[in-house]
Amino acid sequence: MSQTVTHKLMLYFPKCECEKPIIYHLVKDYNLVVNVYRAKVTPEEEGYLVLDVTGTPADIDKGLAFVRTFNVTINHTGKGVTRDEERCTHCGQCVAHCPTKALHIPNQATGEVVYDEAECIECLACIRVCPFGACASAF
Amino acid sequence: MGGAIAFLGCEDAWLVACGVSGRRGVSVLGQAMKTYEQINKRIESGKAVVLTAEEIMDYVDKTGLKAAAEEVDVVTTATFGPMCSSGCFLNFGHSAPKIRMSEAWIEDVLVYTGIAAVDVYLGATQLRHGDPANMYPPGEFRYGGGHVIEDLVAGKTLQLFALSYGTDDYPRREIRTYFTIGDLNQAIMVNPRNCYQNYNVAINDSDRTIYTYMGTLEPNRKNATYCSAGQLSPLLNDPYYETIGVGTKVWLAGAQGHVYAEGTQHAGACERTPDGVPTEGAGTLALTGDMKQMKRAFVRGASLRGYGISLALGVGIPIPILDEQILKRTCVRDRDILAPVIDYGNDYPQKTGKVIAKVSYEQLRRGEIEIDGKTIAVGSLSSYYRALEIAHLLADEIRRGEFLLAEPMAKLPRDMTMKPLVIREKAS
Repeated sequence: MSQTVTHKLMLYFPKCECEKPIIYHLVKDYNLVVNVYRAKVTPEEEGYLVLDVTGTPADIDKGLAFVRTFNVTINHTGKGVTRDEERCTHCGQCVAHCPTKALHIPNQATGEVVYDEAECIECLACIRVCPFGACASAF
Repeated sequence: MGGAIAFLGCEDAWLVACGVSGRRGVSVLGQAMKTYEQINKRIESGKAVVLTAEEIMDYVDKTGLKAAAEEVDVVTTATFGPMCSSGCFLNFGHSAPKIRMSEAWIEDVLVYTGIAAVDVYLGATQLRHGDPANMYPPGEFRYGGGHVIEDLVAGKTLQLFALSYGTDDYPRREIRTYFTIGDLNQAIMVNPRNCYQNYNVAINDSDRTIYTYMGTLEPNRKNATYCSAGQLSPLLNDPYYETIGVGTKVWLAGAQGHVYAEGTQHAGACERTPDGVPTEGAGTLALTGDMKQMKRAFVRGASLRGYGISLALGVGIPIPILDEQILKRTCVRDRDILAPVIDYGNDYPQKTGKVIAKVSYEQLRRGEIEIDGKTIAVGSLSSYYRALEIAHLLADEIRRGEFLLAEPMAKLPRDMTMKPLVIREKAS
């Protein structure tokens, strides 16, 4: 069995695709381990789902091919939480509130705040505490 | 009075510690090693030696105080953080027919019109009309005075709406128009209090989350916030206000401004370390500058959840190296600067005066402090990153001969304490 990998994905659900148990099938039929960070999937509205899927590359490919049959947009690079470099002043207010250190100051000498997207679990604490509106949520 | 005595006591202790009372005496008599005129001539000829407050520390360690004092002309200091007591005077010029504005709003943010016909004062903390504030706490305060000031500097088109009661000479009763900063006759920033010499570290001892001007503070001391550039901060590099005074030229968000007075709540007679470094708020500066010359990156509206609006500002102040002692004080390091840890859950709002502990900026900048055996995550509202950038920008301007120094026309008071507001019964 080949080694498993993890992909962070953001799925966009148009109005009509909310009723199908897509995640259930990813787990049951494609052997994928699913870790949902954040979801907003409401009937009669468009929805978003941010999750990690872990499995063999082959299973992930098959699982995503299955997801694509539902008119669901798979976004490999888009994130539910974004940081606008331009708006960030590097004050460091967020770092004490970020539970995973996705927002951190790697070099104390410069004080620069760095955002490591891979570590973000989308708790949205940074959006609440940033005085400059540098962090934002896609949904 | 007690504060003044404490202050002199500290200074005497400092003189003894340094063993330089004789040299200092010479300096006090005005026979400094260098003069402002000499330094300005070197700046104009492009030969000035300028270092930032960060660079100077190691340089003096390496070169020695005496040699460095002869060689270095200017040390640049800087800070970038929310400064609520900021605002600006704007002059709109006259419409036809004319109006004497009696109430006015820019982007629905109320401005003060109790001055001449088309002059207004826009304050940084003013909320936008209709903002629910803390009606449903914590309020978000997405847009207010600080953001209007940022948008003005950014050159955005903004809406002016004004009303008037109408007079014979100013008959118009209402105006709605759109303008940019370029359309204004003047846009002069006038900030009654900037550049706090030192500041509190806020924690929350209560059992509920609180929302303050020091950010969101989680219960039971889960996190702490500080707000100072520490070793880069202007008044921490000139703790006795020997070179920074009324008339000192400053870099205010990219414009060449100046100190026009002591800042409000200035309290030079504060508690100090034996080296003279204040261990509490202490001194402040009132600053002014032309907003048309400012850069947006250093003028930023701030929304503090549950508290309100503020304005984050970048300020750089050059310190002329007139003698060895002035240079020595610019070598202050984060580890030598202490800030008081205050409980904003009870002690700050109730004004008990209690200080839980004192911690150094070296500890704070590590991102964790330990108090009573508990580790507390530390965040900042002051950007060291931006302050460092400003210190370098100012140093470059001085090296290019574009920024000359100004000798203060008056010293900042060193014997003042901050008076409380006493609640009295009406005298019968």
